[in-house]
Amino acid sequence: MEFLNYAFMQRALLAAVLVGITAPAVGIYLVQRRQALMGDGIGHVAMTGVGLGFLLSTSPVWMATAVSVVGAVLMELIRWYGRTRGDIALAMLFYGGMAGGVMLINLAPGGSNANLTSYLFGSLSTVSESDVTAICVLAAFVLLVTLGLRRQLFAVSQDEEFARVTGLPVRALNLLTAVTAAVTVTVAMRVVGLLLVSALMVVPVAAAQQLTRSFAATFAIAVALGVAVTVGGTVTSYYQDVPPGATIVLLTIAAFVALTAAATPLARRRARTAASARSAGDPAECSIPATRGAGDEAGV
Amino acid sequence: MTGTEGTIMGEPVISLRQVTAELGARPVLRGIDLTVGRGEVVALLGANGSGKSTAVRTIIGQVPVTSGTVELFGTPRRSFRDWARVGYVPQRTTAAGGVPATVTEIVSSGRLARTRFGVFRRADREAVRGALELVGMADRAKDSVTALSGGQHQRVLIARALVAEPELLIMDEPMAGVDLASQEVLARTLEQQVAAGTTVLLVLHELGPLEPLIDRAVVLRDGCVLHDGPPPRAVGQHALPGHDHVHPHAPTGAEPIRTGLLS
Repeated sequence: MEFLNYAFMQRALLAAVLVGITAPAVGIYLVQRRQALMGDGIGHVAMTGVGLGFLLSTSPVWMATAVSVVGAVLMELIRWYGRTRGDIALAMLFYGGMAGGVMLINLAPGGSNANLTSYLFGSLSTVSESDVTAICVLAAFVLLVTLGLRRQLFAVSQDEEFARVTGLPVRALNLLTAVTAAVTVTVAMRVVGLLLVSALMVVPVAAAQQLTRSFAATFAIAVALGVAVTVGGTVTSYYQDVPPGATIVLLTIAAFVALTAAATPLARRRARTAASARSAGDPAECSIPATRGAGDEAGV
Repeated sequence: MTGTEGTIMGEPVISLRQVTAELGARPVLRGIDLTVGRGEVVALLGANGSGKSTAVRTIIGQVPVTSGTVELFGTPRRSFRDWARVGYVPQRTTAAGGVPATVTEIVSSGRLARTRFGVFRRADREAVRGALELVGMADRAKDSVTALSGGQHQRVLIARALVAEPELLIMDEPMAGVDLASQEVLARTLEQQVAAGTTVLLVLHELGPLEPLIDRAVVLRDGCVLHDGPPPRAVGQHALPGHDHVHPHAPTGAEPIRTGLLS
């Protein structure tokens, strides 16, 4: 536990915990909307923000936040209006953002792509005092949205058309999700890096799903898993001198594989219990073991 | 007009006048009139591509209208805010999203219209349980929706629409992909709702087990109203009245309505 004596490790661990909470908390709504790769796109766009931060000698974290929020809003607008050409427009936004970042950082006085590496793949020793303040403020915003509006975000992410008929402000909530995802990307940028952020939004959720039947449980397990892997990865990175971002992502994927292996017998047992409960309680359906049976087609 | 207005009771709950709508650049609705009075059960019939789903989606605001007016409870759709009065069952083969969700979680999202800022009180939780009992799914409340059959999915979606205790129920093909046992449950649930005074607009492919409930049928073809009147009593596509019941609502310049069997 000697690593706790170093100020840079304390900052890195605090950042890691916040990233472990916020990334899956936003990611679960993206996965639910089947937009799992949105975080990756925002990460690309945020590079332009980092580059701008260097060029203008302002904080790259705040600049990345501003640019990725604009990028996320643009992505959401493209989704509304783009229709068939939407994916082409998104591709331009992503790669434009990435190329813009590389270009800007090279234009910055004394800047080179070496500066960019810590933002791309994460770096513990470079999490500064002001970064920690920014990360705390941004993480508080993300948690407020993802927990406070969980029922609304759940409804919109589950079935947008239905959500509109319940009177929810669907467009505003979609924009808010996009902005929150953008903010999360910049929260996670210092720890896991822009190119690996998306993994931390998606993989803990996918891993939690192997065990759960409800959204609430998936949320809780994904966040717990997120914290476990970010803290575990940060500590490992300290002792083994390996890059934190890559360590965290590999740990997350290992957790996914382990949970999937563990869940297979669990799922079988559940299916058996459900089948026996059905044959005992509801004779009308006892001959339909699968989720959809031949009887389903009878009325069409 | 053909004198079918006599069947409309009270003030209109849904009123579409000369509504046109496009999907992409293709005109899908070419000037339809549709009025549903309070307490009425109206079936919207027609072949695939006739515009019946689009008509419903203009009512809920999912598809923008290019001309004409849509009113809900006498209020223009654009300024209508009282969505708790409307229950909607979209056309879905599944209620599942990208993340597991229980039957209760799905049905709860239908209750949001009745809550303030999404805060659930005891009455809301009881309403969710009540809606699940209505469709006979109370024993599956904690199950994941991915473990349900097609008919059970549809029952969950109907519970989600009923949980806000709506005065108007709009259903898009509620019987599609539904097993016989669930069809009976759905018909019974709908019967109770109608008996309690709920207004219903149903998009249907055929009348089927809901036939006895239906007061009036509106048949669409190529985005125009072909028939508006008593439901055709024989079951099946070929018995639909397409023979001599021309309903000239199409705007001038639109294609003439061909009569004959629905294709």
